[in-house]
Amino acid sequence: MNEQTPTPSERAEKLQGLGSSRKRVEDARFTQGKGNYIDDMKLPGMLFGDFVRSIYGHARITSINKEAALALPGVLAVITVEDLKPLKLDYMPTLAGDVQAVLAGDKVLFQGQEVAFVVAEDRYIAADAVELVEVEYQELPALVDPFKAMEPEAPVLREDIKDKTEGAHGPRKNPNHIFTWEAGDAEATETALDQAEVVAKELISYQRCHPCPLETCGCVASMDKVNGKLTVWGTFQAPHAVRTVASLITNIPEHKIRIVSPDIGGGFGNKVGVYPGYICAIVASIVTGAPVKWIEDRIENLSATAFARDYHMKGEIGATRDGKITALRCYAIADHGAFDACADPTKFPAGFFSIFTGSYDIPAAFLSVDGVYTNKAPGGVAYRCSFRVTEASYFIERMIDVLARELNMDPAELRMKNFIKKEQFPYTSATGWEYDSGDYQTAMDKALQAVDYTGLRTEQKANREAFERGETRKLMGVGVAFFTEIVGAGPVKNCDILGLGMFDSCEIRIHPTGSAIARLGTISQGQGHATTFAQILASEIGIAAENITVEEGDTDTAPYGLGTYGSRSTPVAGAAAAMAGRKIRAKAQMIAAYLLEVHDNDLEWEVDRFVVKGAPERFKTMTELAFAAYNQAIPGIEPGLEAVSYYDPPNMTYPFGAYICVVDIDVDTGVTEIRRFYALDDCGTRINPMIIEGQVHGGLTEALAIAMGQEITYDELGNVQGASLLDYFMPTAVETPHWETDSTVTPSPHHPIGAKGVGESPNVGGVSAISNAVNDAFAHLGLKHTAMPHDHWRVWKTAQKLGLTG
Amino acid sequence: MIPGQFDYHRPASVSQAIGLLAEFGENARIVAGGHSLIPMMKLRMATPDHLVDIQDIPELKGVREDAGALVIGALVTQTELIASELLAEKCPILRETALQIADPQVRNAGTIGGNVANGDPGNDMPAVMQALAATYDIAGPNGARQVAARDFYEAAFLTALKDGEILTSIRIAAPAAGHGYAYQKQKRKIGDYATAAAAVILEMSVGTCSSASLALTNVGDTPLYAAAASQALVGTALDETAIGNAVAAAKDITDPAADSRGPKDFRTYVAGVMVKRAIETARSRATA
Repeated sequence: MNEQTPTPSERAEKLQGLGSSRKRVEDARFTQGKGNYIDDMKLPGMLFGDFVRSIYGHARITSINKEAALALPGVLAVITVEDLKPLKLDYMPTLAGDVQAVLAGDKVLFQGQEVAFVVAEDRYIAADAVELVEVEYQELPALVDPFKAMEPEAPVLREDIKDKTEGAHGPRKNPNHIFTWEAGDAEATETALDQAEVVAKELISYQRCHPCPLETCGCVASMDKVNGKLTVWGTFQAPHAVRTVASLITNIPEHKIRIVSPDIGGGFGNKVGVYPGYICAIVASIVTGAPVKWIEDRIENLSATAFARDYHMKGEIGATRDGKITALRCYAIADHGAFDACADPTKFPAGFFSIFTGSYDIPAAFLSVDGVYTNKAPGGVAYRCSFRVTEASYFIERMIDVLARELNMDPAELRMKNFIKKEQFPYTSATGWEYDSGDYQTAMDKALQAVDYTGLRTEQKANREAFERGETRKLMGVGVAFFTEIVGAGPVKNCDILGLGMFDSCEIRIHPTGSAIARLGTISQGQGHATTFAQILASEIGIAAENITVEEGDTDTAPYGLGTYGSRSTPVAGAAAAMAGRKIRAKAQMIAAYLLEVHDNDLEWEVDRFVVKGAPERFKTMTELAFAAYNQAIPGIEPGLEAVSYYDPPNMTYPFGAYICVVDIDVDTGVTEIRRFYALDDCGTRINPMIIEGQVHGGLTEALAIAMGQEITYDELGNVQGASLLDYFMPTAVETPHWETDSTVTPSPHHPIGAKGVGESPNVGGVSAISNAVNDAFAHLGLKHTAMPHDHWRVWKTAQKLGLTG
Repeated sequence: MIPGQFDYHRPASVSQAIGLLAEFGENARIVAGGHSLIPMMKLRMATPDHLVDIQDIPELKGVREDAGALVIGALVTQTELIASELLAEKCPILRETALQIADPQVRNAGTIGGNVANGDPGNDMPAVMQALAATYDIAGPNGARQVAARDFYEAAFLTALKDGEILTSIRIAAPAAGHGYAYQKQKRKIGDYATAAAAVILEMSVGTCSSASLALTNVGDTPLYAAAASQALVGTALDETAIGNAVAAAKDITDPAADSRGPKDFRTYVAGVMVKRAIETARSRATA
């Protein structure tokens, strides 16, 4: 029966397992327009909901008149807070331990806030009816500056909790204060800064921006009144958590709720939270007995659902005169908007911002973050990064450059002088994080060599001299950034959201003919899970990736998991997949031992089969073992071949990378061209290099967008500015430079396959590299720091202030 | 982003279109490519009860020469304009400008007539038409008339076009062979309006500028014909001083709004930079 077989390495290649750049299985449907997104869904009798939204940033609602809207033919209901109060649905819990108004009651707290929900037979009638709802307001002074939120004379925004002196994360200092969060040793840092030979100080602001997924947020809610079951299809990055929250809010038992995430057109953190639209669609379906669709338009998405960043960080960094960093301190104001709707793990109100010592061995560090309310949209989600890691990484990478200017030292050299050294891993940082692995120097050396860093600095010197002589009006800047991410949340002992541990899961069923289906607690929004998780399993269980279906996102079928954000899918669910695969293999080994009449220990695994040690002609392939599992009565072994694994990661993973950016700035127009961008990523074991490259391209493009233009601002009255794609910078291929990618591989020692996660690294490192390059272009003229976004006029203003524009 | 209700009309001739406009008065709007009007309707900033879609009117289409003048039908799309070899040869600034408008998808639908007739100060073609001393052919209930592009724009979205009138074509006296030209535009991204832009048409005669015509985009309520700046160039060798004088004169007439593209002083400065660069490019292209 054993005919000539291919060699093990040939067989391994056919599996398309770890390391294979197999094509994305998702792309066949996406490239043919056959994806199934929320707005593609049509159910019989489906109704449409649309919001009446606040036109003011801060105002008292004096009356709502819905008569004219209700009189419009085709309008079924206009839901206001008065309808929600009896159901106790006027407020909903946020993921951050706060409550958020589902529909505004006495007051509106940000422009675009949901005031009433119109339900109509089609979306055109709904939109017309929205215009007919008459809301009268009495305008109040708006609070848009987060620094002013802490001042005693600031208007009180949250009257619903104004007397609460204790928040979800400790005492509140004033009515607009949400939390204070501290990490590190205040005293030791104070002493180290006092004794430092050099101290550099700077205010580093990271502007409010928005993930702006191409598909906006939406859902279809359908209450089946016969069996009492509620089904909600929606743009959910965490469908299982949504089910639990929905059950807690509505008191519908959890087994009577099914949450489904169909294809999702990008999330980037924007689709982690629970929005009033979901609750209102559910209520409307319960009230009308029909399915109800709600979907945002672009302006609603940009102005009302979760923003990112808005961190304002005062930094102090101390060092010896020869460049050894001795201390780092940060005081940050975090603008959370009108409700605290961040999606951080419960014990981390400022996310993992305490990773702010970055890739450096800094003996003393301390940070304090105050979260405050303002008259802006709620959110504070992690826009393609782990919780507040981009803010932290941007902070330290700018502070290092500021210090380098102060010391008159090359910024790459200063970084290398302070790197955590290879032999120091596992390394415990001054704020308590245990970095699992790293080899920073190797990565940095490779990067500097790849771009000929010395050559770039020589060229820059010549450019500056030519500029001085009036031969050019362009300045060259070189930005170096070295980042360490902290992803894969996380260990259940300290990571939970609303009390739900941040484990994840995988369930595998091997079919009798040797193909398989795997279901996971995560949900792809473009990451390619159906491709890469099959690869992990292919390598673990010896079934070709193309014969493994991967399903996610349906809470009735998938095992419980906390979803996809914070680069957690590979570190957590990917680990669960590997562990479930190993359980399959362990059972298959017992079956093989029975069939081959040997002891379990006499078998060894070889790519796709168990082979009797010392007798290579005697083996059973996984396909044969799968069939045996279903047709043999094996003493002491249950039939079937299935496994489930719930994986609680022992630690986070710490991907890192070295990015170098070269810009040319036209000082007369502020136009900044990225001449070259080199990105070296170390994400540990590489599952699919092609997908990694795609992820890096996407993340760098978003980094470009943030660094060069993305910004949501508010005027003094609380009017949101820039919340449409006319102004909000969404780069096209024209604005996007060529991305050069590279890698080193330092596997995670605690992850089953050594993988660390990569999707978000390029956003974390990219923003710093670009911003450092822009700042670097003016460094010789005395510039220490200029704030993002580096759009034309801000860059020009910098040049103007330095006297360059005549 | 859903417009209010409206009725849709699709006339087959200019006279039918004028009839419809007369019938519905100010409740009617003309739509051609729809790239200005439809976004405004989706935002409910425009709520016409009647849309008169002129895209089926053959007499508004095509590019032709008529007694030495170039005549461009109002329905000519930016893409058609780019593709026209006649225009590329006789009046290349049009192709250069059209290529800087939005992206290919928008240019496939957006028309030259809509671009110049809407009165949006952000549109690129009005300033180019002023630099070219174009005239607009207008049809209305009282017959046809012509208005010079330099006299057409009164304020933002307010033009010499009266209720019930349609801009039917654009008439340009082709600039002399060997003329220099440039449309220099700064924008933040594809699809954006100009932070500032400048159109220049000039002629050189034995090293001296014999004529010059300059206009500016999106640095005021209307496109701005820069007469003094143009005059500052004529009779000079387009040396640094002459260009400096033109830049100063052009900056003098700008009055940009502060918006997300930047504050007033920046946009004014950039207008000067665009003028300077446009003149330099035009000079390098002039052959006589």
